[in-house]
Amino acid sequence: MMSELLLSNIRDGQSVIVRSIEESKLKVKLMEMGLIEGKRLKVLFRAPFGDPIAFDVEGYVLSLRKDEASLITVEYQSSETP
Amino acid sequence: MKIALLGNPNTGKSSVFNMLTGMRQHVGNFPGVTVDKKVGKLVSDTGTHELIDFPGTYSVYPRSKDEEVVYKSLCDEKSVDYPGAAIVVVDASNLERNLLLFTQIYDLQLPVIMVLNMTDVARKQNKIHDVQALEKLFPEATILETNARIRTGKQRILDAIANLKERKGHKFQPEIEIASVDDIPSQEKETEARFRRISEISHVEKVKEKPSETRSNKLDRILVHPIFGYLIFAVILVIIFQFIYAFAQIPMDLIDGAFASFSGWTNSVLPEGIMTDLVTQGIIPGIGGVVIFIPQIALLFFFIAILEETGYLSRVVFIMDRLMRPLGLNGKSVVPLLSSVACAIPGVMSARTISDWKERMITIMVAPLMSCSARIPVYTLLIALVIPNEKIFGFMNIQGLVLFGLYALGTISALLIAVLLKWFIKTRETGFLMLEMPAYKAPHWRNVGIVLWEKVRLFVWDAGKIIVAISIVLWAMATFGPGDRMEKAAVLAHEQAITQQLSEEDESRLVASAELENSYIGIMGKAIEPVIEPLGYDWKIGISLITSFAAREVFVGSMATIYAVQDDGTRNAPLIEKMREEKRSDGTAVYSLAAGASLMVFYVFAMQCMATLAVVKRETKSWKWPLIQIGYMGVLAYLGAWITFILLS
Repeated sequence: MMSELLLSNIRDGQSVIVRSIEESKLKVKLMEMGLIEGKRLKVLFRAPFGDPIAFDVEGYVLSLRKDEASLITVEYQSSETP
Repeated sequence: MKIALLGNPNTGKSSVFNMLTGMRQHVGNFPGVTVDKKVGKLVSDTGTHELIDFPGTYSVYPRSKDEEVVYKSLCDEKSVDYPGAAIVVVDASNLERNLLLFTQIYDLQLPVIMVLNMTDVARKQNKIHDVQALEKLFPEATILETNARIRTGKQRILDAIANLKERKGHKFQPEIEIASVDDIPSQEKETEARFRRISEISHVEKVKEKPSETRSNKLDRILVHPIFGYLIFAVILVIIFQFIYAFAQIPMDLIDGAFASFSGWTNSVLPEGIMTDLVTQGIIPGIGGVVIFIPQIALLFFFIAILEETGYLSRVVFIMDRLMRPLGLNGKSVVPLLSSVACAIPGVMSARTISDWKERMITIMVAPLMSCSARIPVYTLLIALVIPNEKIFGFMNIQGLVLFGLYALGTISALLIAVLLKWFIKTRETGFLMLEMPAYKAPHWRNVGIVLWEKVRLFVWDAGKIIVAISIVLWAMATFGPGDRMEKAAVLAHEQAITQQLSEEDESRLVASAELENSYIGIMGKAIEPVIEPLGYDWKIGISLITSFAAREVFVGSMATIYAVQDDGTRNAPLIEKMREEKRSDGTAVYSLAAGASLMVFYVFAMQCMATLAVVKRETKSWKWPLIQIGYMGVLAYLGAWITFILLS
């Protein structure tokens, strides 16, 4: 078993799949942005100082603060390994 | 009938609104929130309708106070803005996420039109939509395609409004009801269930092949680069402000001259009397004091609108957010602070885009510390008066350096005060950004024009009313005095003029000066002298401090009246000479370096602007914030000026 992989720790250019979002007030807002279980994300680039981070969410670019990204647990796609 | 216009942010909703209503729009208020309600007239075959532009949201559930209007208006049939039908603008290039809001509205049983917008972008991404499949899924909705940026599809929308489909109770997601506004766990369940249902209908969209790295993505590698990103932003700022100061000066001088001659002309044609004085000395200069700022504000918002339209502004937010956060601000605070360099009023208003309450309050509270254009005439007069026009290190002009220093002082204190406020303002909510970064595109000039027109109109109406009203009050206080005090002073000045054999022009100025000294304002100026004496000011400066409450630049004109000189408006040369000659009773100059610098520091900090205060009150919906603001800025101004005076004398 792999340990929990957080979206905030994924390197630029890699693709992952959303597993779950931590219970918090922001959860419903993150979901509204299309971040639901099974969604494919690609880490695009980071702002200077590594925060915020921009992701491709199936055709649009979403940027999240590092804190917001760390609420999201992800996993690598079966075909792609780190 | 009322028709609601809804949609996610960045779907081209405002283009659709402008296309449908043209210039037949007006701005109103939603009850209880600060977001503007844009309402436009829309004429279809079945009659005239009212199109209400709601704030762009991703869901009916609000993520900020201002977004609550969507939920309250749509979910409560008794609300004043409950619509008879809804038009939902959907970004065709991002269908899945956009369907969340659409299906929620569909399930609320409103007659609804889905406008598939941005079809050109979708086509570029090789996404093709099966409209017939969508119609099967939403049998009680009208579905049509448009491209509002190039204004196609208007007639199709009008036809759809004329032939609205009746609602008979069909639901897209029949299992779960829309949750209540503060029941977050149920909202999560509802959103999850809805997205699950949406993912089952992926057959409505066919993606032929994924395009390779887009042009936006390549540009972003440069524009958010740790070095080039900031460098490019800095260069863009310098260019914008160069443009504003280079090009705004010409129309501003024209406006200044035009109002002065209009006032003179009115004075010559109207019969002499108090009503004429009210018009020529109170109302016309008051309106002039509003109009003079239009060129700068219009130019600034022209540039900001272009940056916004092209999508660059969201990249600025992206690279600035981490820097602004330790200060209690947000990446989105950059625009309000920048705008405040022209005028704090549009700056405070543009803080609305910050959805986090605490970060928005801090932005509003510190924005007026940025040196606005009304301070420029005060700065230039005082710098010319007390700072030598010399060069240091062979090339740097000291006067220019001091002017730069005043701007820097304002900006740095704004950031420091933000840090302090971060500790004092308590909130239960954690700040968040969650920003959608739209693809880069060429600006759409019609939209730029409409944004510009709205900003200028908002400034003229909101700030203008207050500035004109205060100008009239101040005029009255400068025109009237207790008893016959002013008449006696005028007679005395008249006699003095005769003995000194002054020309008629000089005599009338001397009389005006004596009258002002004995008016209510003059008496107030003298009354506050003991308070401002430690700062190095006399009662004449006191009068000008009070009169400049309408707008800071009035300081210059008021000084000219007190010193009984003709202020020629551009170089202030005769005024400067008079001020330079001014001596205290002990023979030292009133306008020493210490006093002059102290006065500059005072103007950097002091909240000498009633119009901004009124706008802060409106934006924060309470008197608490403007009162704290005038209080802390007053303390800063007094202490700063006092320390400056002591250090330099």
